[in-house]
Amino acid sequence: MPGKLKAKIVAGRHLPVMDRASDLTDAFVEVKFGNTTFKTDVFPKSLNPQWNSEWFKFEVDDEDLQDEPLQITVLDHDTYSANDAIGKVYIDIDPLLSCEAATVISGWLPIYDTIHGIRGEINVLVKVDLFNDLNRFRQSSCGVKFFCTTSIPRCYRVALVHGFVEELVVNEDPEYQWIDRIRTPRASNEARQRLISLMSGELQRKIGLKVLEMGGNAVVGYLQCFDLEGESGLVVRAIGTACTLDKLSPGTAPNTTTHTNTHTLPNTAPTSNACNSPSKDSKESPLAHGCRSTHNSPVHSTCSSQRLSHSQNFSVSVPTLVFTGMGSGGSVGKEAGPLKTLLRQHTQSALEQREFPIFTLTCFPPGFLVHVGGVVSTRSVKLLDRIHNPDEPETRDAWWEEIRQEIKSHAKALGCHAVVGYSESTSICEEVCILSASGTAAMLNPRFMREGCLDTGGSDHRLSRQPHPGMVGSERGEGEVSSTWLGFEDASPPSCGFAHIPYDEFNMPFPAQLTYCYHCRRQKVPDVLFTTIDLPAEAEVTGKGCLIQARLCRTKKKAQGEVNATSISNLLPFMEYELHTQLMNKLKLRSMNALFGLRIQISVGENMLLGLASATGVYLSALPAPGGIQIAGKTPSDLSYDQHISTMQKRIDDTIAKNKELYNIHPPECIEEVVGSPIPDRQRSSRLFRSTSESSDELSELDLSHGKKDAFVLEIDDTDAVEDIQSLLTDAPIPAGFYSCNTEVMPGIHNWTSGLQMFTSVRVYRLSNANLTNQGLNKIFTDLCENLLKSLYFKLRSMIPCCLCHLNFTVAVPEEELIQVAVTAVAMSFDKETQQAADKALTRGSGENEEQLQFSMELCGESTISNNQPTAKPSGVPESAMVHSSRDRCSTWLELLRLKAHTIRRGSVKTISSSERCSPLPEGRSRSLRSTRSLPCGAPVTVVKMTPLSFLPGTRIVKYLGIINMFFIRETTSLREEGGVSGFLHSFIAEVFAMVRAHVAALGGNALVSYSMKECVFMENPNKNQAQCLINVSGDAVIFIRESDQEAIPPLLTSRQTSSTGADGTT
Amino acid sequence: MPCYWWRDHGTWCSVLPAFCQPVSDAVKVRMDEGALLECEANPEVLTSDTMDQFRTFQMCERLLHSPTKLGSQLLYQIPAQNQIILIERYYEFDSVFAREVLGKKLSKGTKKDLDDISCKTGITLKSCRRQFDNFKRVFKVVEELKGPLVENIQRHFLLSDTLARDYAAIVFFANSRFETGKRKLQYLSFQDFAFCAGQLISYWTIGAMDSMMEDMDVDLEKEFLNELKDLKVLVNDKDMMDQHKILVCAALRGKIKVYKLMEVNFKNLSRALINLASKLTHTKDVRDLFIDLVEKFIEPCRYDRWTVAEITLFLTHYTNAAHCLGTFRHQMIWDRYMGVIKSCILQMYHE
Repeated sequence: MPGKLKAKIVAGRHLPVMDRASDLTDAFVEVKFGNTTFKTDVFPKSLNPQWNSEWFKFEVDDEDLQDEPLQITVLDHDTYSANDAIGKVYIDIDPLLSCEAATVISGWLPIYDTIHGIRGEINVLVKVDLFNDLNRFRQSSCGVKFFCTTSIPRCYRVALVHGFVEELVVNEDPEYQWIDRIRTPRASNEARQRLISLMSGELQRKIGLKVLEMGGNAVVGYLQCFDLEGESGLVVRAIGTACTLDKLSPGTAPNTTTHTNTHTLPNTAPTSNACNSPSKDSKESPLAHGCRSTHNSPVHSTCSSQRLSHSQNFSVSVPTLVFTGMGSGGSVGKEAGPLKTLLRQHTQSALEQREFPIFTLTCFPPGFLVHVGGVVSTRSVKLLDRIHNPDEPETRDAWWEEIRQEIKSHAKALGCHAVVGYSESTSICEEVCILSASGTAAMLNPRFMREGCLDTGGSDHRLSRQPHPGMVGSERGEGEVSSTWLGFEDASPPSCGFAHIPYDEFNMPFPAQLTYCYHCRRQKVPDVLFTTIDLPAEAEVTGKGCLIQARLCRTKKKAQGEVNATSISNLLPFMEYELHTQLMNKLKLRSMNALFGLRIQISVGENMLLGLASATGVYLSALPAPGGIQIAGKTPSDLSYDQHISTMQKRIDDTIAKNKELYNIHPPECIEEVVGSPIPDRQRSSRLFRSTSESSDELSELDLSHGKKDAFVLEIDDTDAVEDIQSLLTDAPIPAGFYSCNTEVMPGIHNWTSGLQMFTSVRVYRLSNANLTNQGLNKIFTDLCENLLKSLYFKLRSMIPCCLCHLNFTVAVPEEELIQVAVTAVAMSFDKETQQAADKALTRGSGENEEQLQFSMELCGESTISNNQPTAKPSGVPESAMVHSSRDRCSTWLELLRLKAHTIRRGSVKTISSSERCSPLPEGRSRSLRSTRSLPCGAPVTVVKMTPLSFLPGTRIVKYLGIINMFFIRETTSLREEGGVSGFLHSFIAEVFAMVRAHVAALGGNALVSYSMKECVFMENPNKNQAQCLINVSGDAVIFIRESDQEAIPPLLTSRQTSSTGADGTT
Repeated sequence: MPCYWWRDHGTWCSVLPAFCQPVSDAVKVRMDEGALLECEANPEVLTSDTMDQFRTFQMCERLLHSPTKLGSQLLYQIPAQNQIILIERYYEFDSVFAREVLGKKLSKGTKKDLDDISCKTGITLKSCRRQFDNFKRVFKVVEELKGPLVENIQRHFLLSDTLARDYAAIVFFANSRFETGKRKLQYLSFQDFAFCAGQLISYWTIGAMDSMMEDMDVDLEKEFLNELKDLKVLVNDKDMMDQHKILVCAALRGKIKVYKLMEVNFKNLSRALINLASKLTHTKDVRDLFIDLVEKFIEPCRYDRWTVAEITLFLTHYTNAAHCLGTFRHQMIWDRYMGVIKSCILQMYHE
């Protein structure tokens, strides 16, 4: 069944001069959808043409509506020669296909050219009339909502979580087609942009179909990636979590009444056996299990054995490097045991039907997450080969399926049925490709996976909204609720439930040290917990968290094909191990015991591998206090050596003490033994690091003999270890007033103000061609990251106190000797005064931070640097370093300024000029005194905020308008003239942001949440003065309103049990 | 111009002229100002941050060339208030510099002389170029436009009233090419000239009388200049001149110290002002308006040590007395002429 797409071209502005003679342009527009093209009249001799065209109507299949973008080309009419293209606009129609999203696209959109960048703007109107399609064999999936957000979107409640959806489409890369040799770079770029746009449309449609088959209506945590495999093709793949979402009417308070039905849950649970996920019925998915044999990668067999997995304690496949933990004796809380087993059975049955019990969500409704096992990850090295038949991409499918299977089995080994916070990535260099996947093994509440739980009606209301960090009132309400629910499972308070081990303590998948939960004292918890998810809202944290990064460089020999792949896969385990050790050391150094949002990235280059692990460290109150770090010398005979060790030990102890103060970590109990415990076992000779333990009976009231606490031992037996310790200690401290984390919000900070600042910074570092050692490389890489962070702090100094949230690092080795680091983060300011008072009381931060007009940050926003690093540095041999940082200036100082607008304008502008001269003549001419000052030009441009977070502090999202997923290529043949690499990247990123904002505004939105820059591929040819960059950005376009605007609903009222329907609910 | 922009990071744009120096200098200045003490910065960070600022500025600069676009462009989300400040700061200029180019043709030739001006004024060459280009840009845009000059400038460049008036003066001077460079005029500041320009624009152009705003403000009204010839009767008609003198002397007797000298010089002074008026039909003489005022009127008075108050009194009564001359019929022209001349002289009469 078709739909009707209508487009109207209204006007253009700021067009470039196309006719040198007249300094004007004769512009007209081509509107193309599928194979149909319409043209407007030529609007002669104007840079601001008014076309006011008729409605161009396209009658098309809804399948095409989903796949194809609307393509608008602006051209300059030329009587004698061919018309010159000014630029193009691609409009994704998808948001118009869902009745709940946008209804019209209308506004000024930048006209983009891949060589010249933005060249003016065009005002368009686009609408879709869609006819209902009831055909059960249809190929379209209109109406399925997509969200990049990895939590349940804020104005929806989740009725059902169906599970994992994935799809992958491949095609030939136009850049590598034979025709590319004869066409212009522009044509080639445009072909690529169009193809990727088509492919993502197709991908979304196919995923939507799967969701419909499963009975869902939305995809949450939608993650789409491109693999530019070069010669072998172009892969666009996506994963997500299929859900059934119900829209909340604006009035319904999310947390009304929940206590009634919760206790019926255990009774209804067994029925879950019968209600399998619908996905089971759709076994004809292309990912049937049998594909394994079709592998044609020659290295597959070699590296599959090398593929490693690591769970929380990094153990499985590297036997020599195992952490020695204590096996634990003692008994589990007896009463909880059988229930746990019961739960496990239920969950299992609900999940086992699924091919992959995998969820891309990182943030969950309370009660969803029962236990967390630890991080599971898998990497696999593959050799790329040409994709012969794009319609049957079974090779790539099989690769990923294999990886997911492995993830699944790792999770099983941890006693978990599901994997949450799951993500996939690739790193490609020539024909070698590393596929990586990681997630967190977890046990989930089966309730959300069953059909029919909708009947419980009210009880699910609370799931609809994630506790807002700023909305403590509701958070509390939810906390209570989940506690009552969890009550049936074990008696533990809700805040620690997720930290309890899901696996059987007598049959542990890896050696770990277990203690009784410090919160409930009933269940066992591990000594450290690594996860890829956000900190659950109900979790109790002592003090604040901080960003912890492990960085690593490893050189490798240049090689080809199989040899190369083998050497890479041989290196991988060692890199993972070392990253893990670094993380562990840094965690201990900060006296913390858990990592959230862990993301380990390993990038492959021709002659090196880069590893970057980022996570947010916290002190979970439920977990035992971490032991200190002990340094042990190998040869204790030497006196000076001992002295050296003891000074080092002292430095470490000092740092730990300082960090405790800094992060405000003062656990209520067990202060008596933190650091300085003697090293009990020096003879043990594991290679470098080990943890050992020492017993103390501080849990005596529970009469347990094994309340163990380990002191982490660093044994210095070679220079490597010294280096490691040095680097551990030289990690630059964060300047006062700053906090940073890579999770959505900083654990321990609650009172956010609405001041926020999103920015993206890309730094390209050129190594000199000298032969570098691993250590030299490590140092360069570490300095690069540290300096990047430092310059961010420096730039943001006017926002203090502030927290850099969602710090997302992406590293790549685009070419030999180039390291590229891209950072996206959002700086959010918070209230200092209330912070201190509210650390416990959790009062809501209300005061807007009005003290500053922060336009320094704003204006220096899109900013780039190209600096020559001082060559005096002893170890580094840098030739040049380019920095690009670019910022979106959507931050809220707009709001702050608005009130002051008048005073500012009248005040400061007037005061510039000094002498008010009094005219001796009577004021004969009033006209020249008439002030014509007005705000620059006409209707103000809609302010669109962008944030990588799923929310904006102090605001409420009232509508999701659809997903924004844009891909741009920019190329230049005059790199130097455009300000070098930095100037080029700078303006490109600024343009990308401008286009994203314009599209959000055209959909009627005022913000883009869950923004991410998924791809930023930069290639340079300095000799030819050329460069090319590809950027892919995505996010959710939303409409938000300020919380203060809807203060009509007193927050206290809603958080109470009063069923707030209708009456006070209209906003 | 000192580089305040980093010290007070709230006002990046307040010191755009800071961008008129090499990055390395800027970094050095920032270091001297103690930027390194903030936020654990190191020289590398500082350099890169400075480069950032420069690059951002460079990208913004393109938009600042046509300020009306700044409001509708999508590349930068700059709030309206900041846009206004940004524009204002970018178009701000040093009066010392403006004084140097005042009345000169805003052409490439003058641009070549910027080195000298830079040396003379101590303003960096980059800054001189920016200011000069701003003058030229504004001039080019409003030169051919109809309607009031100040309003045109405001409409196209979104400048504040005061700044727009200053630009109007510069445009006006550049268009009429008034002589300002003579040694005798060196004591006059830009503000003096800007004031005079304001007076000329307000009262001597076509737009000044005709509020229909249909003609341009840039040129003096030809018809008016022609009519100024009629004022010659005041010196040519001996009776009228004597009577004029009697009236003025009667009014001033005992009120000014320089009465004696005034009485002696009255005819010379009067003749100087009237001749000036009658000559204004020639473009060349229009250009020499200010030098003539100084040579023919201000210098003699200064020689005789007139005070400003005395000149004010004299000119007031000199103007008013003409109304009492029964045979003088050009009152309108007279007032229009003397009003401007009087305020110009008063503005220019200082050391």
